[in-house]
Amino acid sequence: MLDALTVATAVAALVLAAWCGWAAYRDQPTKDWHFIGMAVVSLLALVQLVVGIVQLARGEKPEQGTTIFVAYLIGSFACIPAAGFMSLAERTRWGSVTVAAGGVVLAVLEVRLYDIWGG
Amino acid sequence: MTGVSESGKRQKLISGPGTLLVWLYGVMVVGAVSRSIFQISTDFDRAPLAYSLSAVAGVVYGFITYSLVRGGETARRAALVCCAAELLGVLGVGTWTLVEPSAFADSTVWSDYGMEYLFIPVLLPVTAIFWLRGARDPE
Repeated sequence: MLDALTVATAVAALVLAAWCGWAAYRDQPTKDWHFIGMAVVSLLALVQLVVGIVQLARGEKPEQGTTIFVAYLIGSFACIPAAGFMSLAERTRWGSVTVAAGGVVLAVLEVRLYDIWGG
Repeated sequence: MTGVSESGKRQKLISGPGTLLVWLYGVMVVGAVSRSIFQISTDFDRAPLAYSLSAVAGVVYGFITYSLVRGGETARRAALVCCAAELLGVLGVGTWTLVEPSAFADSTVWSDYGMEYLFIPVLLPVTAIFWLRGARDPE
């Protein structure tokens, strides 16, 4: 159940990274549409955080430990909003590059989450 | 301490490409610090050297991030020194883990030149040094 969500979040994060990378390539800052995209990806990460905590509450155990699992859940939720705020402060192509890097980082976090949960 | 008037025209280090650097350093701070806190508090005896090195890496990343955000010539120089130390650290520890793997019961942030972290630990200081050198002249 968590797996499908993890894959969806990782794919959405990579799409966001490609989209903002494209904006950076065209020398554009992040626009309203990009922020809507970031909101969607952040929402996915939030749902994942809630689902993850519910699963822990129901007594399921991540393979590599609960603490690491929760830390990664929180990290993946905070990842895109943090990059988004930085791109608000930097209204050039470099703001877009930063969000693109945020998307890649989130995708990596999702892969790690998948491993930590135990495949 | 710097005065208020000076801080008003303090040279910015986080505009343009600096934004990306701060973001990546921020990610590394969270990664290295949280990892070492967890490992040191739960399982320090298993690999004291590796976990201590991760903690040191986290502190160095934290200082560089703070310097970049603060800006100004002093911070720029301090960050430059730390980036050089970071580069030496990642090259030294990276080589050490390859030559003498038995010294490390568990991996550190800087193991194998930061391979677990997409080689960001070795690419970041090089990029940062170029950026900080280029930022020497205000405006």
